[in-house]
Amino acid sequence: MTDFLSSSHLLSIDDLSLDEMNGIFRTADSFLDLSSRTVKKVPSLRGKTLVNLFYEPSTRTRTSFEIAAKRLSADVINITTSQSSVVKGESLLDTVRTIEALGADGVVIRHPSSGVPEWISRRVGCHVINAGDGLREHPTQALLDLYTILKRKGGFTGLRVAIVGDILHSRVARSNIRALTRMGVDVRLVGPPTLIPRDMSGWKVTVEHDLREGIKGCDVVMALRLQLERATASFIPSLSEYARLYGISPSVLRFASPDVLVLHPGPINRGIEIQDEEAFHSHSGILDQVHYGVGIRMAVLYLLMAGQ
Amino acid sequence: MDSFSSPPSPARPEESVSSRKILLDAEQIDRMIRRMAHEILERNQGSRDLYLIGILQGGGALARRLASSLQSIEGSPVSLGTVDITLYRDDLSTKPSPPFLKESLLPESVDHKKIVLVDDVLYTGRSVRCALDLLMDLGRPTLVQLAVLIDRGHRELPVRADFVGKNIPTGRDEVVEVSLETNRESVALLRKETGKGTV
Repeated sequence: MTDFLSSSHLLSIDDLSLDEMNGIFRTADSFLDLSSRTVKKVPSLRGKTLVNLFYEPSTRTRTSFEIAAKRLSADVINITTSQSSVVKGESLLDTVRTIEALGADGVVIRHPSSGVPEWISRRVGCHVINAGDGLREHPTQALLDLYTILKRKGGFTGLRVAIVGDILHSRVARSNIRALTRMGVDVRLVGPPTLIPRDMSGWKVTVEHDLREGIKGCDVVMALRLQLERATASFIPSLSEYARLYGISPSVLRFASPDVLVLHPGPINRGIEIQDEEAFHSHSGILDQVHYGVGIRMAVLYLLMAGQ
Repeated sequence: MDSFSSPPSPARPEESVSSRKILLDAEQIDRMIRRMAHEILERNQGSRDLYLIGILQGGGALARRLASSLQSIEGSPVSLGTVDITLYRDDLSTKPSPPFLKESLLPESVDHKKIVLVDDVLYTGRSVRCALDLLMDLGRPTLVQLAVLIDRGHRELPVRADFVGKNIPTGRDEVVEVSLETNRESVALLRKETGKGTV
């Protein structure tokens, strides 16, 4: 039984053993208690600096990391590349080396190219946390999704989870599939054939193209965002057809388990992936995901950065 | 256990310990805990508004024992909680990796309560400093007192206990091992292997 994280970066969900994931969940439990306290801050990262370096737009992930770091008493600097020297042509590595020279202890990085955080981590001395790289990984999202399932369902044993939508372009799906199957969850992928990856070697999943068939008896339905900014629209005949065939609505959810939990990583294209959410409000875990996300990111930042 | 300068767990491999002397047995520990319970009641004029909070890891079991002793004397239950002080430690940034957290259990607010912090061994006083800072972040207790089973000296901060089971003078190369596990209760003094045995 391990008592701490063995890696000094979080680049992929595969960096974490099952013991380590459970340790992060236990640690997040303690951090969530903070929100009920008079002083919602602890001093564990006092004097440390975290830089949020985002080469793609983000609201919840960046804000979530920022709140998490501030509750741990770290100083946080946000760099949005559209307002930085990146637009003057500075290279990625120069930007990160500059940030390190300014005294950052950790960098949270989001980048449209797969593998960038890993590449950076081999070239700098500070902690690197992947907040989404291209089509590859979004490890803290997978952790908070699993944590939300754990809190709402009490465990992973015997659970059936359907991941619905644009699997092909989803780093959230890739991280989740690996984390969930390692926890022993029965994972089904549901989506049109054009949005299911061709190469799924190593994934212990079943694939279904019919939504009702795919979510039949499922305990959790995880809807993915249709990534309209990545020209996903050219992979489907029309948005309205996609919404009709793959949108999660109260009438479709009747095919899932009676106490089904619906998750979505956000931001939601309302009326497309998720329809009429008010009607299945008690089944929605979407705001829980945001709430638990702060606890998970506090746990990750503390475990990576509170040491030497 | 005041874990700042002590080994991570009481059960260390035998080779790092050159001698182990039992100082107190189960019966003596039981009498000490009952006496401390009476002292707590005397000082606070009963158990009204009392809130026992054990400092994890070592203080949890002692707080439970004290609470059941208080209840058997007074006839009514007292509030009982535990806190993990890891986030407040002053040596976190000197270690390679911080540990996963243990869950603090605080069933009720500390506001307007007479808190008795409970730890098994009082040593440098740094754990108590952490626990005090944590308590102040949780709310505003009416007063805070400190109960420890063993005071082994070597304070590094101006901290003293209000209720002490036993004062045991120790050397810095020694470790006080407290076990409150049922049928294995004991307090022992371990001397660490330090080569030539210099102090």
